[in-house]
Amino acid sequence: MVKKLIKRGYALLVYLFLYLPIFLLILYSFNDSKYRGSWSGFTLRWYKELFKDRTIVAALYNTFAIAILSALIATIIGTISAIAIHKMSPRWKMTFMNVTYLPVMNPDIVIGISLLALFVALKMHLGFFTILLGHITFNTPYVILAVLPKLKHLNPYLEEAALDLGATPMQAFFKVVLPEIMPGVVTGGLLAFTLSLDDFMVSFFTTGSGVNTLSIKVYSMTKLGVSPKINALSTLLFIGVLSLFVLLQSREKNIKE
Amino acid sequence: MNDYIVELKNISKIFGDKAVLCDIDLSIKQKEFVTLLGPSGCGKTTTLRIIGGFEHATTGDVYFEGKKVNDIPPFKRQINTVFQKYALFPHLNVFENIAFGLKIKKIDKDVIQEKVKEMLRLVNLQGFENRKIDSLSGGQQQRIAIARALVNEPKVLLLDEPLGALDLKLRKGMQIELKKIQQRVGITFIYVTHDQEEALTMSDRVIVMSEGEIQQIGKPEDIYNEPVNRFVADFIGEGNILDGCMLEDFSVKIQEKVLPCVDKGFEKNEMVEVLVRPEDIEIVRENDGMMKGIVISVIFKGVHYEMEVKDELGFHWMIHSIHMSKKGQQVGLVIVPDAIHIMKKGA
Amino acid sequence: MKKKWLSIPYALWALIFSIAPLVIIAVYSFCSRSPYGKIIYKFTFEHYRKFMEPIYLNVLWRSLLLAMISTVVCLLVGYPMAMIISKASLKKRNILMMLFVLPLWTNFLLRTYAWMVLLRDQGPINQLLLSLGIIDEPLKLLYNTGAVTLGMVYNFIPFMVLPVYSVLAKMDECLIEAAKDLGATSTQVFLKITLPLSMPGVVSGIIMVFMPAVSTFVISDLLGGGQTILLGNLIQNQFLVARNWQFGSAISMIMMVLIVIAMTISSKYKSEDGGGLW
Repeated sequence: MVKKLIKRGYALLVYLFLYLPIFLLILYSFNDSKYRGSWSGFTLRWYKELFKDRTIVAALYNTFAIAILSALIATIIGTISAIAIHKMSPRWKMTFMNVTYLPVMNPDIVIGISLLALFVALKMHLGFFTILLGHITFNTPYVILAVLPKLKHLNPYLEEAALDLGATPMQAFFKVVLPEIMPGVVTGGLLAFTLSLDDFMVSFFTTGSGVNTLSIKVYSMTKLGVSPKINALSTLLFIGVLSLFVLLQSREKNIKE
Repeated sequence: MNDYIVELKNISKIFGDKAVLCDIDLSIKQKEFVTLLGPSGCGKTTTLRIIGGFEHATTGDVYFEGKKVNDIPPFKRQINTVFQKYALFPHLNVFENIAFGLKIKKIDKDVIQEKVKEMLRLVNLQGFENRKIDSLSGGQQQRIAIARALVNEPKVLLLDEPLGALDLKLRKGMQIELKKIQQRVGITFIYVTHDQEEALTMSDRVIVMSEGEIQQIGKPEDIYNEPVNRFVADFIGEGNILDGCMLEDFSVKIQEKVLPCVDKGFEKNEMVEVLVRPEDIEIVRENDGMMKGIVISVIFKGVHYEMEVKDELGFHWMIHSIHMSKKGQQVGLVIVPDAIHIMKKGA
Repeated sequence: MKKKWLSIPYALWALIFSIAPLVIIAVYSFCSRSPYGKIIYKFTFEHYRKFMEPIYLNVLWRSLLLAMISTVVCLLVGYPMAMIISKASLKKRNILMMLFVLPLWTNFLLRTYAWMVLLRDQGPINQLLLSLGIIDEPLKLLYNTGAVTLGMVYNFIPFMVLPVYSVLAKMDECLIEAAKDLGATSTQVFLKITLPLSMPGVVSGIIMVFMPAVSTFVISDLLGGGQTILLGNLIQNQFLVARNWQFGSAISMIMMVLIVIAMTISSKYKSEDGGGLW
């Protein structure tokens, strides 16, 4: 009994540690004071100003555009590559897996500066496109790593059965193989999306003047003073993530039932 | 003190709102090989886990050597278990697995060495000390699991479907070996299985369970030859089970025919159930039999033929015989009194 | 197999965007520097030698130390947490685990910034302590190594809990029962069965926490306020401020070698089917 209480208390404490800063940001987003220290009344002012701030809205747009595009492209490349890797001989598989692990195991900062070096060497214009290339590069391996286990557990005769029943290889893939590995593809895509949303390092090094993502914007603001608008933005983001989480949970429940 | 080593008294177990065990009473003697037999979900594994101390009974008491052990945790009972799928520790090698219990008891290193060696000899795996668990075959893992339990010198060994993961041939071999091991170490084995043949081959006594209740306890021969009810008769071996009426002692009416039998003690005209084993029916010429029928299928089974004969009232008799009859042939059936087994209805 | 050609787009992509950049960095790290900082393709060991100067070795040492401390704290706090979650009922487990990962989905910069707010002189922690009369003047909570460590633990602890949890959740309950059956007490079960069997998860966790911790520059920049210079800060500074790409590349190479060494050591303790994230 006592043991159970200690466990509960411990878990509660850890969760409190995790969520305290987030709740604080949410609280301050309603604070009618420019100075974050003291509470001077409830307001929705920052939410209104948030959407009037061109640079923040632009950063938000860039962030989501890059996240969606890079996740989409990474999912397509990653799924195709996973299928190819799955069918390879062990020796080639090893080589490809090592290459795949490279961006996963390499520190973000090294990915960032090395891509910067590449883009500069290729005389590419730094900006939205280079950030996107960077994100696809570090996202694709995660999709591959999410899809491969599903392929491993896939009954190898399924595809042959489809072919036997008269499906073309394309039909066999889209009607039989893809639906079977879909959970892995979706997981990989979601992972890529969130990693891209969360990224700072790669964007920071591969961006050019004037192109901001949310992370870069926040970073530069911490140098010059953070506006409470950012608190409002955090709140909206957190609520968005939370509702997505609740949605996924309830969907899972429905599937189980 | 009586010579029972394990006793269960009025054990019931309820999971959520489902009763898995209802009022189980069971006494197991020293050095006995007892098997809990039943289909999956009959409560046999739960019974075993209650004896092992992994599960608490909702009501009732567990006695070990005459002492109540309801609240004694597994590691303080002189009982060890061979788990389903063996549960060998994958990060330890063979020696370390077997020595696990002894090391916990802080037994002298030399003694451990000696005992592990002895156990490996017992299970015929000399020299396997340093092998990794995942390099062993299913049968070998099985033996290591037995050795790991036995090395602690328990007074009772619990075995939970230990042969379930092995293929048929290996299983047969292990059945004999397990029985030999039990005789050599001379302790009580409590064995759980859903395989009736396994239960009949190895056990001194079989406990047939169904839906949380004990149906019958007895020697394998008795369970086979004199099942107490339809469930046991159906579950153990193959049989023809029909409704009948006990006209008087030693006389039963089935399929509109009055047949002599060896059973007595029923009321006059009591409705009963009748079991006739397929190998106890003789096929004769049409007019020499007690009843007539037509052969509707013949399957060769190696040692014998399995035939289905439809009698005049439409009942399909299953018959095993070394002589073949032709499909479509009109035959007569003979059932000697000794082959008829009468069971009380609804028992 | 006909499907081999399917791997070509990815192979090209990886070649251009994963491998080539690293080759460039490796080459730069051995290149000489013109007086104006331009890259001259002449072999030199100068940048690696420069890193051996005490001032830079100090940065290296501080980075390693802070990363190790945060990794150990993450392990000590995260392991019990993973265990508690893995012991919960199946339904609760998923929710508890999702709650643990949820903060990861909010932006990393925002999370770190939230701690800046919390730890400020006028922040809520100081205000609370002041109003309770426990302290007379605000504590200096921000801009020190303690704040940096805290930031690392906060940001990276899910990476420890996740792999440890996934190993613990997959562990066969039978093994624990078997150990108990053989006479082990709860403590012995933990030390002899649970802990050794969860090692693959622990190793994954250590790698996944140590790596970002040793290479970060945002956390040390925001919460250390430029007082705590780590390897990451050094690299960032060389690339974006000092414009000495050769030296920055050399530091990056050293960091990569360190990580490779750390991973080889730890992978020895990791079995084949080890519990990664997936």
